[in-house]
Amino acid sequence: MAKHRGAGGRVAICAVAQTKFERDKWQVRFQGMLWEVVEKVLRQTGLQFGAGGIEAAVTVSDDVFDARTISDGAITDVVGAHHQSEEKVAADGAQGVYYAAATILSNHHDIVLLAGHCKESQSASRNQITHLAFDPFYTRPVGLDYVAAAALQAQAYMARTGVTEAQLADVVVRSRKWARENPVAQETAAVTREQALAAPMLAAPIRQSFMYPVSDGAIAMILASEERAAELTDRPVWITGLGNCYDSFFLGERDLAGNFSLERAAKKAYEMAGVTHPTDAFEVVEIADQYAHQQPQYAEGLALCPARQGAKWLADGGPEKQHVNRSGGMLAGNPLILGGMARVAEAVIQLRGEAGSRQVPGAKRALAHGATGPAGQLQTVVVLEN
Amino acid sequence: MSGETEYAYVVEGKMALPYQYFAGAVGSKFLIALRDEKRILGVRCPKCETTFVPPRQTCERCFSDLTSHWVDVGSSGEITGYTVINYKEPYQPKEPPYVLALIKLDGADTPFAHILNCADGAQPAIGMRVRAVFSKEPKDNILAISHFELEP
Ligand SMILES: [Zn+2]
Repeated sequence: MAKHRGAGGRVAICAVAQTKFERDKWQVRFQGMLWEVVEKVLRQTGLQFGAGGIEAAVTVSDDVFDARTISDGAITDVVGAHHQSEEKVAADGAQGVYYAAATILSNHHDIVLLAGHCKESQSASRNQITHLAFDPFYTRPVGLDYVAAAALQAQAYMARTGVTEAQLADVVVRSRKWARENPVAQETAAVTREQALAAPMLAAPIRQSFMYPVSDGAIAMILASEERAAELTDRPVWITGLGNCYDSFFLGERDLAGNFSLERAAKKAYEMAGVTHPTDAFEVVEIADQYAHQQPQYAEGLALCPARQGAKWLADGGPEKQHVNRSGGMLAGNPLILGGMARVAEAVIQLRGEAGSRQVPGAKRALAHGATGPAGQLQTVVVLEN
Repeated sequence: MSGETEYAYVVEGKMALPYQYFAGAVGSKFLIALRDEKRILGVRCPKCETTFVPPRQTCERCFSDLTSHWVDVGSSGEITGYTVINYKEPYQPKEPPYVLALIKLDGADTPFAHILNCADGAQPAIGMRVRAVFSKEPKDNILAISHFELEP
């Protein structure tokens, strides 16, 4: 049992490992994919499963993506959960970070393994999976899925802010440019604005190139209390702010062009971290941009630029100036439920100074964002410092 | 063959599960009125002065019980958002391309998503007036409204 450490305790991320993200890891079981990263964080920290080591795991997976209910039941052996504690988050992995941190802050455990996996490639269609997030009476019958929901969001956002298709193409061009510097990124082939604009239109205004690709991969992290972090690493990265917020279920009841839930999630995380001027508070910013329009839209919600000023933010080179998505972001490829978790992973790598050619020199504080549900219904914000 | 793919077997599978969803008392009243009377009902939260379509038992904003706060809303309204679906999936209500629009009915405060049939050459736009075309066959979900069309 963890010693009581009170409300002033801090949580560190002490190790991170990611697989390479790929379109189709058909020859690897998701258990094997997950073990690849779990083994790495065990090696990095010298930890073992069991008393005094890892006594608890938080896992991130999705029943429908894995096509088996209680999807974590299939990986309890991989995360050392047989005969001890495991809890699953069936949402974006940034929520897993939140949950693992809460497990430590609430004195349940000192060390938590956080492990997420998803093989989007195993289903015939990712859309058929996200379609099931809708209710059977009002929204499924008209064919809603996450692409359609994102298209309605994009249409509303672009109409309000004047963000253009060419600007979205440039978001994709820049994602690919940085993805080439990230060894785990999936989509690294250079693309021009013209090529991005020539991609098939899936659901106006969303083109194929504006949507994150189908992706397989896994991520693991070790989170620890302040008391135990020093044993595990000499480069802990501290979680100093956390916030989340859910918006309404029905799309028509949300301001699709705005950021109701993200603004509230960010406010909570910023207050906790003592961030008062978000525009220049972070050397590293990682936004879960499942769709290109979400990068400027969520930048507004994160108060990286004023509300409704996403078009100006892009035109002024905001993403480059604020070091947004040097990982390549989600547009470079992460499974849906690992989008925010990969953003946290990149933030940790940057704050440890291990980001190689994409390193932001002297990075002290990072912002990582994740989203779950249609058109970003649930928003998660994590502030990290070294 | 290389070690990684020497033993690599992929098993085909399929998830399919016939299922019965209970619509709830509030949802049932809405769906039956839609199917049998071609009436579109909403619930109005007196505190929030907001009329929700589709209806629900509890206001998500102030948690008031809305069960006995039924109102009739119009079968015409306006477009508040739209997209054109160009990709094909088996669950879609019609052959793409088709317009999926957010439609706010007269008397309602919350738009909902539905299919918009545009006559040849017509383009949807925010603020355009539309009206419901009810299904000729009885339908037990929102497709009791077959689709919307632009008002002439
Ligand atoms: Zn209310």
